[in-house]
Order: sequence, then C-alpha cells, then structure tokens
Amino acid sequence: MNTEKQLYTVSIYTENNIGLLNRISAIFQRRHINIESLNTSPSEIEGVSRFTIVVYMDEVGMKKIIGQIDKQVEVIKAFFHTEEETIYQVSGLFKIKSELLFEERQIQNIIKESNARIVTVNKVFFVLEKSGKREELKELYEKLAVFGIMQYTRSGRIAVTKDEMKISKMLQAFNNN
Amino acid sequence: METQTITKTKNTTKVTERISGSEAIVRCLIEEGVDIIYGYPGGAIMPVYDELYKYQDKIHHVLTRHEQGATHAAQGYARISGKVGVAIATSGPGATNLITGIADAQIDSTPMVCITGQVASHLLGSDAFQETDIVGISTPITKWNCQVTKAEDIPSVLAKAFYIAKSGRPGPVLVDITKDAQFSELDFSYEKCTKVRSYNPVPKTDIATVEEAAKLINAAKKPFIVWGQGVILGKAENQLKAVVEKAGIPAAWTILGASAIPTSHPLNVGMVGMHGNYAPNILTNQCDVLIAIGMRFDDRVTGSLNTYAKQAKIIHFEIDPAEVDKNVKTDVAVLGDAKASLEMLLPLLNENSHTEWHQKFKDLYEIEYEKVIKHDLYPTKEGLTMGEVLKEINIQSKGNAAIVSDVGQHQMIACRYAEFNESKSNITSGGLGTMGFGLPAAIGAKMAAPDREVVSISGDGGYQMTIQELGTIFQQKAAVKIVVLNNDFLGMVRQWQQLFFDKRYASTEMVNPNFVAIAEGYYIKGKKVTKREELAPAVAEMMASKEAYFLEVCVEKEDNVFPMIPSGASVSDIRLE
Repeated sequence: MNTEKQLYTVSIYTENNIGLLNRISAIFQRRHINIESLNTSPSEIEGVSRFTIVVYMDEVGMKKIIGQIDKQVEVIKAFFHTEEETIYQVSGLFKIKSELLFEERQIQNIIKESNARIVTVNKVFFVLEKSGKREELKELYEKLAVFGIMQYTRSGRIAVTKDEMKISKMLQAFNNN
Repeated sequence: METQTITKTKNTTKVTERISGSEAIVRCLIEEGVDIIYGYPGGAIMPVYDELYKYQDKIHHVLTRHEQGATHAAQGYARISGKVGVAIATSGPGATNLITGIADAQIDSTPMVCITGQVASHLLGSDAFQETDIVGISTPITKWNCQVTKAEDIPSVLAKAFYIAKSGRPGPVLVDITKDAQFSELDFSYEKCTKVRSYNPVPKTDIATVEEAAKLINAAKKPFIVWGQGVILGKAENQLKAVVEKAGIPAAWTILGASAIPTSHPLNVGMVGMHGNYAPNILTNQCDVLIAIGMRFDDRVTGSLNTYAKQAKIIHFEIDPAEVDKNVKTDVAVLGDAKASLEMLLPLLNENSHTEWHQKFKDLYEIEYEKVIKHDLYPTKEGLTMGEVLKEINIQSKGNAAIVSDVGQHQMIACRYAEFNESKSNITSGGLGTMGFGLPAAIGAKMAAPDREVVSISGDGGYQMTIQELGTIFQQKAAVKIVVLNNDFLGMVRQWQQLFFDKRYASTEMVNPNFVAIAEGYYIKGKKVTKREELAPAVAEMMASKEAYFLEVCVEKEDNVFPMIPSGASVSDIRLE
C-alpha cells in the first residue's frame, strides 16, 4: 500500500448536528494530522450535510482515519479521493482600492486574463472574486499583491467526485429495512 | 397533577401524559428496564433526584462517594450482566469526574449511559456556576453524546442513547440535560429506538468471506485462535467453543476475553500479550493461520507489529470495520456479529485434532510451569506471592467467583491465575488501565449479580485511588470481598524501574496506612495476613462471610510478573525471567 504522502479530499455525508465537526476534527487531531482546508455545506440530499476536508497524508493512515470517521453514529458515509478522482475548486475574494482600477491599467488586464469577476465597486474599494484551482488563486494573488490588496481570503476546497457516491441508495435501503 | 392526552394519528393511538422533564428522565430509565443507577447529586441535577426520590421503589439509586466511582460501578454492573450501566451526575465537576470512567468504557467497549445535569440553557456559554462544556469534553471518548435543552426532546434522545450504547460494538453515551429542560413540562410517551439512519451497528456478514476463512482453516496445519471480548459482548461463547472443539484449534484469549471459555477447557491455551502465557505468545509466531475473533490487536497483545505473526495468514472476525487492518493487515476479514458468523463458519469446518501442534503448547507450558508458575503458585521462599493468593481463592471459590481486578502487577497475576467456569467473570480495566477501577466496579458487579461471589483484587496503590467507595459498600451492604495485595510499592512501575531504569525507584514506594483499621472504620470486617499459614484460613473466613469482608495480604515487596514481553519487543522474545 502507498505510504507516500499526498493530498486527499475527504467527503463526509452526515446528519446536520451540533458537535459533529468537533467529533470529526478530533479524529484528525488524535493522529496529529493537520487539516489543510475544511468546508461544510448542505449536500444534494435534503437534510444531509457534507463535509469536504483536504488533508496531506499517506494512504494507509487515510484508510484508518476514514474507518474511524465512518463509524461515528451520525456519519452516514465517509469517502476519500485523490486529486485525479475529483473535480474541485476553491474561491477567493480580493478587496482592492478603487482608485487602482483607474490608475493602474494593468489591473484591468489582470482581471480579464484571470477570468476573475468584479462583485461590487464603490468609491473606496472594489471586490474581485475568482474561482479555480489553488494555484490559479495564488497566481492572481501574486499579480495583485504588487499593487496592494486591502483584504484577501480563500475558501476551503469544494469538490465533487467523478465516481458515484450512492448516498441516496444507502438512505433508501435504511428506510426499507 | 397529571393530564392525559390521547392523540390519534393514522394507525396508532398515542397516549401521552403531561409531566416534567425530570420525571420523564426517570420514566425513560424505567422504560429501558433500568433498576439500579449510580450517581451523586448536585445543583443542576436536583430535579431528577427529586423524581428519583418519588420513584425509589422502581429504581435503586446508589450514592457513590465520588462520581468516578459511579462510572466504574456502572461499568462493573454492565460487564457482569451484559446490560447497560447507568451513571448520573451534576454539571461542572460532577460531570468532569465521570470522564475517566467514560474513557475506560469507550476503550473497553462497555455499554453505559451517563446523564449529566447542565446549567439552564440561557446560561450556556456564560461561564455560569458549575458550567462546563461536558459535551465538548466527552466527545472523543464517547460513542455518542448529546445536549438536551428542551423537555420534549428527552424521551427520544434517551431512547437513542440506550440503543446506541448497547447495539453493535457497545460503548458509553453521555446525555447532558439543562436544568430548564428538567423543570419544564412535556407530553410524555416512550418509544424504544430500534434504528438510527446514519448508524449501521452490525455490518452484514458476507458468506464468501466465511467460506474463504473456512478454506484457510481447513487447510491449516497449525491454526491458532485468539479471541477477545467481542465473543462475550456478542454472546458467542458456545459458538466459539463449538468451533474450537470441532476443528481442534488451540485457542488463547486477550485480557478482556478471559472467561468466555472455561479455564479448564483442554484447548484453552491461556492469555496472549505482554504478561500472557509463554506458549500462545511464542506460537503466535509459528502458527500458519491466526484466527482473531472479536479482538483488536492492541499493542499490549501484539508487541512489535513488524514481527507479529508475519508467517501466518490472518483471519479477523470483527464487528467494527474500523478495526480491520488498523494494526495488523488481515488476509480475510469476516465482518459482522461474532455469534452469527461463527455459526456460519461451524458447518464449513472439517473435524480435526491437530495433536502434534497442540503438543507444542503443552511442551511450552511445561517450561513456563517450571520457570514461573511453580514459583508463583507453590513458592518455597518465605515471602507470600500474589499467585498463591489467587490459587487459594480459586480453590475456595471452586472457580465460580467473578474476579474484579484493578491495574498493575496484581491484575496480571489475577488474570493469569484466576480460574473461571463462567463467562463474564473477569472484570478489569484492559484498554485504559485505570488504577482505582476495581473497588467501585466490584460494587456494580455485586449489585448486578447478588447471587455470585464477587472478589475485588487490588494493589495497595490503585486501592487508595478509590478507597472512599468503602463508604458505598457499607451503606449499600454490598457483600463485596475485598482483597488488597500489598507490596508497599506501585509494583508494576517498580518492576519497570528495576528492569529498564537501573532500579531507580522514583516515587514508587508507598508508605501505607493501617488498611484493616480503615475498613473497620467503615464497619467492614477485616484481616491482615503476613504469613503463609494464615492465608488459607483467612481466605476461608472471607469466602464464608455473608457481608463485605476486607483481606489485606502482605506479599513479597519486589516480586516481578513474568513472563514478560518488553515494550516494543516481539511476542516471540517473551522473557521468562
């Protein structure tokens, strides 16, 4: 089995309960695994939440952790996938002084080339939004940093898998039992 | 006081009663068949205690002397009866005092429900008096936990708590209930929980894996079974015995698996692990098929994983999928309930006797007997050994006693030498190694099984960690037989200091009190034995006592427990001296 470390996307379908985040993050903490990014959201199934967690670790450890997450009472199912097995995105917001938009023509080109979107503009600042791979955001950040960024934040990874997850079937099987 | 409401839904007629949250808590316990609970009152749980007062003919509340004692007593109750143990405490320090017992129940898979009071919901998060985030604190050591802030949620949450605690691989559940939820009223009706949609307690057994396992076992020349507590929790003792006997497989046990098959059974080859028997440890590394049943390959069992049973095909019968391949890579994993899967396995097995292979166990036993057992059980030196005390208890109890041990040297000796005729007879803190577990656990065990002889065996160290529970024994008139094997040392740590720290006995020597006087202070009859000739009569007197009895045996101060697999060594590097 692979003992080389790589980025894994962990997808966890759960009940929407207070305290579950604590329970799940404690499992990573016990093994001294740093969470690279974390996102919680509703899933495609009503009433079912989805955690998307990115960790950097080896496959052996990953499997053990998935087992320990999966056995938590309020976890419906946990999966892990490699970069190749997922379609993933992150999103970043850049708050920049409005005057730069007019004074630095270069900025307009950067916005166009990077497929970023202007969310809002007022006299003082404008906000740029960019979705993509982490590296694309990093590239845009570096280009804009030259002119000065008032605020920057990046979301956790969100991902869908190329494979089917079959959560609906799992829940249906439960209801029929 | 009570109003009844009848709600007609489509198919069922639901009868509800208007009662308080605190009364609902007690009524839920009664609905779950709870007859004894262990606990300690305090501000945030007082409404429940008021109801317990009213319902005292239905539920017997045992006032322990510390909340930790309540959890261990609930564990002892659960371990001997197979039922869910219940502990109850107030918020803040009451709740945090439960933590050690909860952690112990989690790692030893003991079904337990803990109920804690909590400050009123409008005070949550405000650092109110005796407020602590017990749900947050207990999260990593509970199978499930939940905070209730509304009275109407009490029945469904407690129903779920009991179901989760006892189903699948059992474990502790904590329910934290705010004081306002206890005071306010709800329309009470109770429905037992039978499923939780996100929770699959018993994975379905794949017949193909059972067939694969049978094929390996039938082809094996040197098969070897190691069973654990999963056999006891899964009530699979008879099925295990049938498999062992039909296929003629030598079978050893982990500390928590002890007593599932009687000690005297010819194919029971003893305990595996750090202080287990010589033969099963050595032969772990010679068997060709290792069949693990309801055990989790704890590091105290396997020693170094790099050299553990590398030559063998590994079959793992396991209810918890997260245990498969966690420590030892398996060749065939049979998921599911131990009883059901062993029943599926039995007809597929060929009859066999493996006489030559079994002889190897007997030969190695002889070596262990000469080097260790003989000296433990029939010492010729002056000082008393822990082993001869166990031997005397065996003789006089005829192997019918439940042995509740604490943690340390005496625990290893108790588990090595206690004879068991009946399952669920070895109650000890295995995974967590909680000193102080024994005495309160023995109280719970005795109360759950009043007809059984329950012998608590502790060392002088662990005994003093929960010695206050003598008060509970006295108040409850619990006829626990209390044995303290006193070597005036924290013996196991001292043994390690001797072997691995050049005899630097840092803080392991104990200057002990007059233990008999302390027992007598609680009106418990007591005796101290310092000479060999006093031992048998004293044990006889203890066993004959209808009430609690305290027996201190002063044993050799610097005896060591052998065999021993040094920490991190291979099972086959087990030392006899």
